[in-house]
Amino acid sequence: MVNEPMATLIVLASLTLAGALAAMWLRNLVHCALALAVSLAGLAAVYLQLDAQFVGFAQLLVYVGAVAILIVFAILLTRGSEPHPQPILSSTWLVGAGVAVAVFAVFAWGILSSKAVKQEAAPAPATTVAQLGNQLMTHYILPLEVLGLLLTSALIGAVLIAMQERRPR
Amino acid sequence: MTSLQAYLLLSALLFAIGLAGALARRNAIIVLIGIELMLNAANLNFIAFWRFGPNPEALTGVLFAIFSIGIAAAEAAVGLALVISIYRHQKTTDLGQVDSLKG
Amino acid sequence: MAEPLDQIFVTLKRLLVQLAPVGWQPFLAAIISVAAVIATFAALFALATVLERKGLGRIQNRYGPNRVGPFGFLQPVADGLKALTKEDVVPRAADQLVHFLAPLVLVVPVFLSLAVLPMGRNMVPVDLDGGVLFFFAVGAATELSVFMAGWSSRNKYSLLGAMRAIAQMISYEVPLILSALAAIMMAGSLSTVKIVEAQAGYTGWLPHWYALTPWGFAGLLLFLIGATAESNRSPFDLPEGESEIIAGYYVEYSGFKFALFFLGEYIGMFAASGLAITLFLGGWHAPLPFLEWFPSWGWFFAKLLGLLALFIWVRGTLPRLRMDQLMNFAWKFMLPMTLINILVTGAWRFMGAGAARWVVCSLLILVPYVLLGRVLRAGGQVAPRVYRYGE
Repeated sequence: MVNEPMATLIVLASLTLAGALAAMWLRNLVHCALALAVSLAGLAAVYLQLDAQFVGFAQLLVYVGAVAILIVFAILLTRGSEPHPQPILSSTWLVGAGVAVAVFAVFAWGILSSKAVKQEAAPAPATTVAQLGNQLMTHYILPLEVLGLLLTSALIGAVLIAMQERRPR
Repeated sequence: MTSLQAYLLLSALLFAIGLAGALARRNAIIVLIGIELMLNAANLNFIAFWRFGPNPEALTGVLFAIFSIGIAAAEAAVGLALVISIYRHQKTTDLGQVDSLKG
Repeated sequence: MAEPLDQIFVTLKRLLVQLAPVGWQPFLAAIISVAAVIATFAALFALATVLERKGLGRIQNRYGPNRVGPFGFLQPVADGLKALTKEDVVPRAADQLVHFLAPLVLVVPVFLSLAVLPMGRNMVPVDLDGGVLFFFAVGAATELSVFMAGWSSRNKYSLLGAMRAIAQMISYEVPLILSALAAIMMAGSLSTVKIVEAQAGYTGWLPHWYALTPWGFAGLLLFLIGATAESNRSPFDLPEGESEIIAGYYVEYSGFKFALFFLGEYIGMFAASGLAITLFLGGWHAPLPFLEWFPSWGWFFAKLLGLLALFIWVRGTLPRLRMDQLMNFAWKFMLPMTLINILVTGAWRFMGAGAARWVVCSLLILVPYVLLGRVLRAGGQVAPRVYRYGE
């Protein structure tokens, strides 16, 4: 019935989903960002349970340690009109929620009725970081270099977009 | 329900929550948070299929997730820079009010 | 005589674990490791507070605390009692939940990062395959705590201090990780146990520590500078500058929560020192071949105390850096130097053993160091200085 891995999965999944729901529903923006950080940390724990150690730690390092803080900084830099309470939902929120429910319904039907996902767990693959590095440097060298280029251009682009323009005096 | 189905349902639920937030909230930054949740849900999907799939030694799922994390970080940076820039011009992050190109 | 003393804690743990029923043994083993590490580092924290205050006092030509206990060494007991019994004042406008959680979010990841440090032969709490990555990942989680503390206090000055602290921590995280990368490259593994094992052995009387090579020495210095900045210690302690913005992001905290922040900072410093010892200073290996009778855990903690003395010395000697000087230092000096260090490590690895690689690698590090220092101090000029209003 509910064996040990399933029990930990239920706990982690409830933490992740609670964080995600809080991130989408709360009114205070900083609380939303912190709830997102909790949700991402929960996801990192789920990755660790799936024996993907490197991805779990990379998720903590990149998402919780950098992206969450970036979002928090952006929230703090764009607060001007805090005092007057504004409606938090957009004018077409019902359609949006309906679309999300429909998407989830299609996914759930696909997952629960497909034969391909009814396989049981094989014993955990023993992946080491050395194997990952090997694959990155042989089969995936092109995506690695392209990712480097992408990150460089994103860095330069973000700085340029957010830079204060100098007014010519 | 097998454990693979449990992980996939979690991933689908996260995706749906992120999608609902991205479509239904007014603030641009919350929309970006929703997009990050959707990306993470897709990553979870990849890792779950890698773990329970036929060929885990090829490490395809893990590497896809790693690249996805890197790209998501870049996209978050550029997206937030855009939000900050729009705030400087329009003095608001409310997406309902940034409609000067509306026909 | 050396071997049983060296493994005394391992045998103690094995004896204790065998007393329990078989189903509970893994739990008991884990709990014993965790309790031992936490107890040791909490005691070390208490010792460090006294040593720091006495050390700083001596550097500043005065006695440190010398009233409580013999030579003042029971001062942490007095400090702990004071922190526990002080009234816990929370501002009414503060965000209660976030204000409460901020010290916890600092202390828990910092203690978690102690789990991958090998403190002696066979004495690592958890041997992870990606140990160093785990360390940096949980270190990155402490930045959220700084923000939570600063923002939840609803105080302009704490928010300002928090923003500065986060900017500083993010800026110095990049050179920190890149300088650790050099040692990882040479050892060929992210596992802390394997990195320590790669530094075993002696040539004559010199140990094979990475700090005794040009790239390792530069890497160690860069890592220690980054670690000082990450734990917000002087000369990088502008965010919590006691004379500038009072206590910065934890000005609204009192009593036990403040003590928890203090604890978190010191344990962060210990964890970073422990990682520096693991990566560059040979872990638990002895420095000379005839000193191997001293137990391995003794060497680890001796090196840790040595690095603690270095941190205290630097704090008492160097003036505080201004915020823009701090950021310039991180991005314009430390980042290029760490990248050059990685290049030099690669060059070291692929050149054969001999005097040639020592000379080449040392030059490859020293020349950019001198040039970069000159260029940055002159504000971008490398030409001879021209006086605008003189002559």
